[in-house]
Formats: sequence, structure tokens, C-alpha cells
Amino acid sequence: MMYSEKVLDHFSNPRNVGEIENADGVGEIGNAKCGDIMKMYLKIDDGIITDAKFKTFGCGAAVATSSMATELIKGKSIEDALKLTNDAVVEALDGLPAVKVHCSVLAEQAVRSALSDYYTRQGIDPLPIVGEIKEPEE
Amino acid sequence: MEKRFIYADNAATTAVSEEVLNAMLPHFTKAYGNASSIYKLGRDAQKDVEEARAKVAKAIGADPKEIFFTSCGSESDNWAIKGVAENMAKKGKKHIITSVFEHHAVLHTCEYLEKHGFEVTYIPVSPDGFVSPEDVKNAIREDTALVTIMYANNEIGTIQPIEEIAKVCKEKKVIFHTDAVQAVGHVDIDVKKQGIDMLSLSGHKIHAQKGIGALYVRKGIVLPNLIHGGGQERSKRAGTENVPAIVGLGVAIENATKNISKKNSVIIPRRNRLIDGILKLPYTRLNGDRDKRLAGNLNISIEGIEGESLLLMLDMNGICASSGSACTSGSLDPSHVLLAIGLKHEVAHGSLRLSIEEDVTDEDVDYILEIIPKVVDRLRSMSPVWEKMMKGENYE
Repeated sequence: MMYSEKVLDHFSNPRNVGEIENADGVGEIGNAKCGDIMKMYLKIDDGIITDAKFKTFGCGAAVATSSMATELIKGKSIEDALKLTNDAVVEALDGLPAVKVHCSVLAEQAVRSALSDYYTRQGIDPLPIVGEIKEPEE
Repeated sequence: MEKRFIYADNAATTAVSEEVLNAMLPHFTKAYGNASSIYKLGRDAQKDVEEARAKVAKAIGADPKEIFFTSCGSESDNWAIKGVAENMAKKGKKHIITSVFEHHAVLHTCEYLEKHGFEVTYIPVSPDGFVSPEDVKNAIREDTALVTIMYANNEIGTIQPIEEIAKVCKEKKVIFHTDAVQAVGHVDIDVKKQGIDMLSLSGHKIHAQKGIGALYVRKGIVLPNLIHGGGQERSKRAGTENVPAIVGLGVAIENATKNISKKNSVIIPRRNRLIDGILKLPYTRLNGDRDKRLAGNLNISIEGIEGESLLLMLDMNGICASSGSACTSGSLDPSHVLLAIGLKHEVAHGSLRLSIEEDVTDEDVDYILEIIPKVVDRLRSMSPVWEKMMKGENYE
């Protein structure tokens, strides 16, 4: 199986690994049974994502897509972060093997899940803004 | 610490040995005759093929006439199982017995036959990785055509009670086939003494090249032809012989099967040191019985991490290894072998298989034992599963 140099780079030197204390939004997606869990932490000030961190249990692609997703949303507005697609993550990583594309979907959903949590904490119903969070099929 | 290169995945494949390569080389450019040709160049090729056949036969205690060359272990398995199935179906016997943790070459062949009117019984395996001969005995019916149980498991290395299973089959007059791809060269095999009717083996696991295998078929069992065409392999498997590969297999199996116990006496202490060293990490378990396993095999589950990540990190440190995680199998499910011995999905995802030979030195073992804890710590530190385990939370 061929991983791009960029995937390997983000796997071996993942950006933004860790947790954010007092995060404004925390999202988790996936399950250990399937072999992938991503946990995403966001710090949000005035509608801007000022910091993003993650923890991931999963394969090389799962780590790399988490890392790339945090890079892509840092400094962006919530609106822009909500536009993040798994395709954009795949493209930024110079592609993923077909069997690994589901990891990029997880990364996209992890971001949305964290934003959903952010709105819930604000007392705002996240559903109309963020939409449904898709859990991976077992 | 200086980075090393350590190949610890000999169960996946092996390097062609110098001796094998040297035996093969003349057959590409000088002794290139077609073994079916009448002139000396052809007759020499024929002679070399037959010499190799004799070596393969001798290595497993068979008669040369009982050895057929194939392209790989999977082909041997397919031919053996489908061949017997076809023969026995004519006698109304359409039941096959195998185990749940066979290689896919056997399992998928059985599944194929299920779609064609055969019934298959999949014998479960014990938590320590064994098929019980008693279970096989109880599964045999009037219409059982074949029992096929692997000699040694490719993932957890457990060596099956082949002689006892063969005995049970003999009592019930059922043909017994074994996939011995992982066992040849690592355990002493004597098909006659052990009562094995058919046996599959592969070249590239024992330092021959990829693309060559063999099937032993006991005299008296007549398989349908696999490839129709010329008279090669007594017309059973037509096609011009791959003479260099066949010659290579002959040399490889001769080397692999001499001094097995001496080789193992070097490998086992190193393998055990690896097992004990890795098991010092918390939340780890050895998969498969500790003693009745292939000398160079170890399979350990490391909780809180996922196997593919582990392999990539080991690779960055120069260590080639294998895992039973879903991500390395290309599906969502982890290894069927690890699930068969009762592991939970999330534990099976974090498994590590090392398969070493004598070339992995004591210093290499030290190096592996230095790298693995570091890599595991790093992966666990970024794992939400590990975090939950440490907090005592449910993570399933």
C-alpha cells in the first residue's frame, strides 16, 4: 500500500497532537472496534478557531488526516471550518489509498463533532448549523 | 543508538539465499532447455527438475512421484481442496471439514465450494490456538469428503496436532490435507509417519523465490488435472516447467529441512527474550501457546494502540514486522485468527507479529526491545483509547 510522502510526514510528525485544557468544543468520532477513534479539541474566540488539537487511535492515515484537518481549520472562522470536506483533507495530503478514504471522512466528522459540542455549550442547537454527525458503520 | 535494519517478517516472505540463487542462475542463460525437448539441453533440464522433485520428496518423507510443482502455496491449497471435492462429489460426498483460522487460500476455497453445493464445517480453535482432534472426529460424517487443517498457523504460529488429526481421518477413511506453508523448514515433517494424505508448501517462505510451490499427493489419490495441455507434471498441471524456480525450491527445501532442531535452538531463546521483553509493557498479551509454536514466531497484542501505526513506526526505525489489524488487512475487521482465539476487536487491532530467523542476532533483539517501548509509549500518548483505559472509562 502506497502512502504519499505527505501522509508519512504527517504520521511521523503529527501537527497539533494533544489536548486543550478548557477547550470550547470537544468532539469524538469512531470506535475502537473498527480500529479508529479521533478526538478533536477546539479553542474558539469570536468565531475564529484559534487552536485545534487532536488525539487519535488508528492507522497511519487516521493520524495523518487528523493532523491535516487540524492544520486546515486553525485560524479559520467556524463557517470556513464547517466547509472542510474530506476531499480537501485527502487533497492536502496528496491523496490516500482507496481503502483509507474513510479516515478522511472521520477527520471531517471529528471537526464537525467538536463544533457541534461548541454550539451545544453555547446553548444553541447545533443541528441546523452543523448538521448530523455521521458515525462510521460497524 | 545506531539505527539498524532488521527483517522480522519471515512468515511473510524470505530472501532468496545465495546458494539457491547460484543454483538457479545457470538455468536462465545456459541451461535454459525446455524439459520436454529431446536433445541434451532439454534432457538436462528434465534431469534437474526430477532432482529437485526428489529433494522436495525427501524433505517431507514422500516419494518423488507424489510431488507436483505448482506456482505457490495458494495454488496447492486450491488444487487439493477443489480436486478432492470434485472427485468425492461423484460419490455423493459433499462435506468438508476445516478450521476457522485457516489461511484465506483454504477458507476462501471452502467458501467457493459452499456456493457450489458443498457443506463446510469450520472447527473452532481453543484460546491458546489449537484445533482439537476430538472435534475433528466428531465432525466427520458419512458424506465427509475431506479434512483440511493447517500444520502451523501463519499469524500466531501454533503447531497443530497433525498426527492425531491424521489418525482420526484415517480411522474414518477421510482424506486429510494440510497447508504446511508456514511449517516446512521449521518443524520435522514426515508425511508417511504422520499419515498425511496431501500437503501444500511454498518456496518463498524457505528462501526460494516467489512463484514456486508444491503439492504432495499420496499415491492412490488421483486429483483431476489442474491445467490441461501438455504432459508436464504427469499431465496433471500442464505448462512448461519453471525450471530455475523448481531447481531453487529443491536446494531451498534441502537446506531448510536439515538441522531444524539446531536452528531452532538458536532462535527460540532470542524469540523468548523478545516475548518476555515486550510483555513487560502493561496491557499486553501473548497470542497462541508459548511453547507449541513455530520457533521464530511471536504474536503479541498491545492494547491502546493500532497495529498499522505501530508497523509504520517500527519501519521508521528499520524494523520490518506484521500485524493483524484491520488496516493492514484492507477491511474493517481485524485478523480472523485473533478473533478466532477469542480476542476482542479492539485488542486484535493492536497486534504485532514478529517472525525471526537465525540472522536476527542478540544485538538485534536488544535493539527491538529498545525501540518497541518507545514507539508504544508515543502511540499510547496520542491515543484516546489509552487515555480512557487509564481513566478506567469504557472505550468500546
